[in-house]
Formats: sequence, C-alpha cells, structure tokens
Amino acid sequence: MRDARGDIKRPLGLRLWLSGGWLLLLALAALLAPWIAPQDPLAQDLFTSRLPPFWESGAEPGFWLGSDSLGRDVLSRIIHGARLALIVALVAGTLTCIIGTALGLIAGYYRGWPDRIISRFVDIWMAFPPVLFAILLIAVLGTGLTSIIIAIVVIDWTRFARVIRAEAMTQGAMDYVASAQVAGRKRMGTMLAEILPNVLPTVVALLTLEMGIAVIVEAILSFVNLSISTDSPTWGGMISEGRTSVHQAWWVLVFPLITLFFTVLSFSQLGEGLKDRFDPVLR
Amino acid sequence: MTLLRSILMRLLSTAITLFGVAVIVFVVIRVVPGNPIAMMLPPGATEADIARLQAQYGFDKSIFGQFVIWLSGVLQGDFGTSISLRQPVSSLVLNRLPATLELSIVALLIAIAIGGTLALMGTLRRDSRAEGAIDISAGMALSIPDFLWGLVLILLFGVLWPVFHISGRISPALDIDFTTNFYLFEALLRLRLDVLGDLIGHMFMPALALAIPLSAIIAQLLKQSLKETMHLDYVTLSRTHGYGETHVITRDALPNAILPTLTLVGVQFTFLIGGTVIIERLFSYEGLGNMAIDAVINRDLPLIQGIVILFALIFTLVNFAVDMLYVVLNPRLRHA
Amino acid sequence: MSAYLQIRNLCVTLKGGIPILRRVSLDVAAGQVHGLVGESGAGKSMIGKAVLGTLPRALQVTRGEIWLDGVDLLSLPARERQRRIGATAALIPQDPLTALNPVRRVGPQITRRLVDILGWSRSDAEARALHLLEEVQIPDPARVMRSYPHELSGGMRQRILIAAAFSAEPKLIIADEPTTALDVTVQKQILRLIADMQARHGTALLFVTHDLGVVSKVCDTLSVLYAGKVIEDARMRRFFTRPIHPYSRALLAATPSYEDPEGALTPVPQSVIEQVEREVQDHDRRAAP
Repeated sequence: MRDARGDIKRPLGLRLWLSGGWLLLLALAALLAPWIAPQDPLAQDLFTSRLPPFWESGAEPGFWLGSDSLGRDVLSRIIHGARLALIVALVAGTLTCIIGTALGLIAGYYRGWPDRIISRFVDIWMAFPPVLFAILLIAVLGTGLTSIIIAIVVIDWTRFARVIRAEAMTQGAMDYVASAQVAGRKRMGTMLAEILPNVLPTVVALLTLEMGIAVIVEAILSFVNLSISTDSPTWGGMISEGRTSVHQAWWVLVFPLITLFFTVLSFSQLGEGLKDRFDPVLR
Repeated sequence: MTLLRSILMRLLSTAITLFGVAVIVFVVIRVVPGNPIAMMLPPGATEADIARLQAQYGFDKSIFGQFVIWLSGVLQGDFGTSISLRQPVSSLVLNRLPATLELSIVALLIAIAIGGTLALMGTLRRDSRAEGAIDISAGMALSIPDFLWGLVLILLFGVLWPVFHISGRISPALDIDFTTNFYLFEALLRLRLDVLGDLIGHMFMPALALAIPLSAIIAQLLKQSLKETMHLDYVTLSRTHGYGETHVITRDALPNAILPTLTLVGVQFTFLIGGTVIIERLFSYEGLGNMAIDAVINRDLPLIQGIVILFALIFTLVNFAVDMLYVVLNPRLRHA
Repeated sequence: MSAYLQIRNLCVTLKGGIPILRRVSLDVAAGQVHGLVGESGAGKSMIGKAVLGTLPRALQVTRGEIWLDGVDLLSLPARERQRRIGATAALIPQDPLTALNPVRRVGPQITRRLVDILGWSRSDAEARALHLLEEVQIPDPARVMRSYPHELSGGMRQRILIAAAFSAEPKLIIADEPTTALDVTVQKQILRLIADMQARHGTALLFVTHDLGVVSKVCDTLSVLYAGKVIEDARMRRFFTRPIHPYSRALLAATPSYEDPEGALTPVPQSVIEQVEREVQDHDRRAAP
C-alpha cells in the first residue's frame, strides 16, 4: 500500500545527502585552502584582469573560473572565502543557538516575570529591521570577524527564543512534566532533563538554518563593505564587486553567488532533514 | 468593553516597544567611535568651531540629557536635523517613505498572487505529484533569503535577458511633475502610462525578490489550511449541491482557510519590509532603506534614529492592522 | 415499479484494495423511507457518500451501478454527475455545528444553490427560503436568514439544514445520522420534523442510522449492514416481527424499544459475530478472481 507521506518523505533522504555532501566539500575546501587553491587569492596582476572562465575563448590556464578586475583568481577567492563563511556559520550560529534557546526555555518554562522581560525584549527586537540593525552594530563595533559574530548573535537570538519559548510552553503543560515535578525534581532539573530533549529536534533545525542565515548576514555586511578588511576574500565582497561589473565580467558575480546559494540552501535542507530524522513523533 | 480594553492594552504595549527601540538605538549609536561633527568641518577648523557645532546638535550634553531633548522634540514632531544632508530629518524621511511603502506593498501583492495561486493549485491537485513539486519548490524558495533572490534576478533579467532596469526607481530622463512621492499610485490615478511602465520596469525585480520567500510561506500555510478545511462538513455539503471542485475551494474553503494564515503573513510582511533595506541597496532604489545605510556609513545620528523609529512604527502598525483585519474577517469575533 | 434510487453491486475499496463496501444492492422507492442500519464502521455512511459523490479521496468505487432517476451516475463524467446530483438529491448532514459555513450568513447558504445551480432569481430563492424556514418551525425566519451560524443553537441549525435540503424539491434526500449529534431532548423533535417534511413533500429518503429504535419510527423498508455487506433487506413490519438473519435478531435484542425503554438488553452474542464474519470472508473469497 502506498503511504500518503511516501512521496514527500523519499526526497528528504536524498536532500539530506546532497546538502550534507556540499557542506562537507566546502569544509574540506576551507581547511585545505592554502594547498588546493590554484592561485594566491590576493595576488593582483593587471595583465590577467577579467579573464573569462575556462570554456570561453581568451581564458588562461590556472584561472578556471576566471579573474576579477584586479586579476585575482575567482576560484581561489571562493575557496578562501569559504573559511570566513564557515567560521562565521559555526561560531555565530552556535552562540546564537545557545543564548536564544536558553532564554526561550526560561521564558517558556518559568513563565511569570522572566517571561515578561524576555518577551518584551523580543517584541522590541522584532520592531527593528534586522539588516539595518546589523549594519548599525558593525558601524559601532568596527569591522572584523568578532564584530560580525557579535552582531549576528545580538540580532538573531530572538529567532530561537520565540520558537523555543512556544515549544517549552506546550511541553511544560503536558502531564509528564507535572509527574516529574511530583516525583520531586527541581525545576531547573525538569527543564534540562524533560523539556530540553523534547525541543531538541527544533533546536537542531533552527541551528542549521541559523548557520545559513549567518553566512548570508556576513555576505550582506561584506556587500556594503562592512565585513572584515576589504581586500581579504569574502563571498559577499566578491558579489559586491561582481554586481558593479556584471556587464563586463558576469563570472565575478555568478560563481560566488552560486556557491552562496547552494550553501544557504544546504544548511536549511540539512536542518529540515535532521529534524525529521530526530523527531520521534514523525519517525 | 473588552475589545476597547484590549485595544488600549495593545496601544500601551506598542508605546513601550517604540520607547524601547528609541532607547536602544540612542544608546548603541552614542557608543560610535569617531566624532561625526569633526567629519563635517573643513580640515582647518578650530576647537571652538567643533564645540559650537556640537552644541548646535546637542552632543555636548550627557546621553540622558540628549535623549530627553530628542524625545521631547519627537513628541512635537521634530526629529532633529540630518548631519550629512543638513535638512530636517522628518522631511527627508517622509520624502523617501512613499518609495519604500510602494515597493513593500507591490511585493506583498505579488507574494499573495503567487502564493495564493500555488496554494489553490496544490489543493486542487492534492496528494499528487504536482502538490509534491509545489512543496519542494516552496521549501527551497523559502530557505533562500531576498538578498540572494535579488542577485539571481539581476543575472536573469538584468544581464542574461535584459528587460528590466537594474537600478534606480525611475528614469531621470522622464518628465514627471507629480505632487506626491507616491509615484506609482499617482501615475495610476493620472493614467500616465509612460511613467507607470517605467516605474514597473524599475520595481519589478526588487519587488519580486522580496516577494519570493513570502509567496512560498503563503503557499505552504494556505495550502495546509485549505486542505484541513476541505474535510469539513459544509464543504462536503456544498459539493452535494453540485458545485465543482474549484468553486468549492475558492468560495467555501478559502474564506475560512485564510484566517489562520493571516496572522502569520502579518509578521512575515514586517520581515519583508525589513528586507527592503538591503534590497533597495542592491537595486540602488531611492527609498528609506538605502538612505538608512548611507546614514550609518556617514554616522548621521539624527537620521539613523528617525529612520529606525519610522521602521519600528510601520512594523507595529502592520501588526495592529492585521489583528484588526482578523476580527473583521471572522464573524465570531466581530459580534463578540 | 422501478425504484427512484437503485444501487447494484456497489463495491468501494480503500486505495490499495481493502474492501469497504461489498457488492451492496438496495432500492429506495419514490416517496418511501429506507433505513440503513449497522454498527459504526459497517460502511453505512459510505453508501450515502458514494451516491452523493463525496467519498473521501482515499476511497474509490471499483464496480457497481448507482441509478438515480433512471441514470447511472457512475457512467457520467465527474462534473456532470455532480451537477445532476445537485439537481436531484440532497443531504441532511450529521453534525449541524460543522455543516454551516461559519463566515457566511445563513440566508445565502440556503439560497445560493437555487440561484447558482438551478438558475432561480434571487428574490424567488429568498421567498422560498423564508417559506421553508417557516415550514421547519423556525421563529422569526427573516432574522435567522441574516444571522451567522454561531448565533444559533444546534437544534436550530439542524432545522435550517433540513429546510436547505428540501429547498430545491429534490426527489431523494440522504439523511446521515441526522440526530446523533443533537441533545436527546431535541432528537425526537428533529426526527418528527424530518418524517413530516418527507411525507408532505413526497421525497424518497435514505435514512442512515445506527439506531434501530429510530428506524422503527420513520422507515418503510430497511437494509442491515455488517462490514460493508448487506446482511438483510426487509420491509419494516416483517423485520421487527420475523427477522431472518441471526445478526438482525441479535441487533434487535440489543436495541431498547420505545415502548419499553427499561427492558432488558442482550449484547450481540459472540457466536453470531463469528457467523457474519465467516459470511463476509466467504463473500470475499468468491469475489476474488
């Protein structure tokens, strides 16, 4: 008999593998960047400027995906840019996750005044345009890796807090939590031992989603020249340069864009896939 | 009585939120290193010149003192003077607001059109491959943010098949003598088709980029809600009356299925408006968001404050309007 | 005399092959009330849904014929079938709380099919609706027409649904457990109302219920269903005096009568259940190629 969900379930496995595979590839490229990048990503050479990718006429060997207006190799810059993107994704994503989840759990499980304070801050945060907030924070903190990470954590903790608060409230109202209380557990203990495991699938899905968002935020900040120093290779910076010269050298925009596109897509699909895997109710 | 009470509570809550936004922006901004006043003066300026200008902008007072002055100004409708543009913030911001509002509303309409159509098609062909395809593409569209869609669109319709304008709001060569800055609405009212076409040519890509993620959300939520409604007895009853499937979906199920979708779409619309900041930058569209980024880069404190407060105000108004709309569309609440 | 509704060898299966209805045949003569009795899950509601074309998507008709007013519905294309059903048949649903659209006023919910499907003028349809609401004894019908469903009681809503069912003078009405969801006090009134309306309009009525007591009040003939199979077909009087099938007898013994509601009841004995189960299995074996 055909399961009604069958059609929808099957591609999830495939998507999990594809997205996981892409991210693994990216992680390897980032780790091995100095050894596998065909060129020095910073080397400028006006004689090799705006070379097209290898299949077009006028291409030069060694510049597989072409070069930008300063003669820097696009492929090498993408590979080196993966380092910053993945560091931001991992560090900022994890920190945001920890802080946001903790606040969401406290608000949703303890209720009362901690909930009122946290929810009020969430309301205020929701009234900010996030990109503007991020740019403002970078302007204040100054450019650099730490600033980017702080900005992402400060902006996006609400994403976790909102969802986890709602889930913790639902879980907290269930009988098994009450029975744990009756059995004499401390409230903190109940929260960590009973509530947290039940919201974990959601946390994992949100975490991978957040990693994708962190990559985007970094790209956006690079795009408005507020990321890290302007000559180090970042995907956002490449896109920014590619955007201005798109009619002369489309490849400077296209290749970092494709990379960014698949990376963000992979993070979110990975999250969806993992959520279904971990969710005991869905399984 | 309870309705009035809940509206009052709501207004109070909105006021607290706006106050909170103002405080946070004020505090964050004043930690900015570098003296914005010093940047405004020519290199040979004396200490006295700087001090005079600082006094003029109120920067010689404490943060608290500055906040009180700013707040009392705001309550009288005075948002201060822009440092970089040397004009009143309120008039600068109000000049740009129509551009951003038009962009957001057009994007919302596109999102509703695309998302609604997909949801209806998915419900009509439910449990088929077509529905699966809609689910998967909506899932993908949803996970890619507007910024990336904007870049993809630039490549598609700006470079590969250059049919739309890739930057700006309106062609400078165009002769317009409009009384408002709501170019799109005014062009519609005046039936200036040349202007209308030019505006749409500029607006299409940024609006579509903003609309794609929201349309995916609408498609998913509305389809889910429609499918649940299709099981209800009054829908079955309507079928026995001899109505076709399309009529049953659009006339019987849709009015009920919209309600649960509406609240979430309201929140998502505020995200869309927030997205205009970077999308306007990407397409060099002369709206609030573009101005905001310039203001940050120029350290234009009064202007940043004004724009952020305006955004916060728009967000809370949107949420309020959505809640009201929910009551209007739901007769069970209307008569309560 | 040929019956107004004739069902012949109707088989309905869950997609994948699990049988829900097993070669069901039954007749409802014009102007007569036919009861359809069985335990929950016996498939009695599915017969009504199959006739009206509202089977859940997971179910499909695999064979059989449904003749309504001399036309085999199953031979028609879907769109035409649905239009034909709309013009000749109507449904009184089970749960009046969910059978009216909560965001629409009551009046248009009664009149719109008359206008849309049957081409009446709006004023004719409204006059007709007012008249019918009076007929089902709704006080102040003009006000009720302007009300939203949530402003009316369950009994009131069921009266509205009955009025709506009779609005287009259908030749056949299917009542699917029309009193089950109501308060006991209202049940009898609604039952009497349906019987009165049926008699006055001379409509054929297929009455689906699990309650033999109700059947004895309103029906002329009945079919007993077990596991999607018709166990016994009978005229009313014969059934209550001389039921043939042991399951029918057991069912009668398990039903409180209106005359003696306190009388002793016997549950259906295990041996009888085993016997009908065997018959159903025999049927399936014979049906298999």
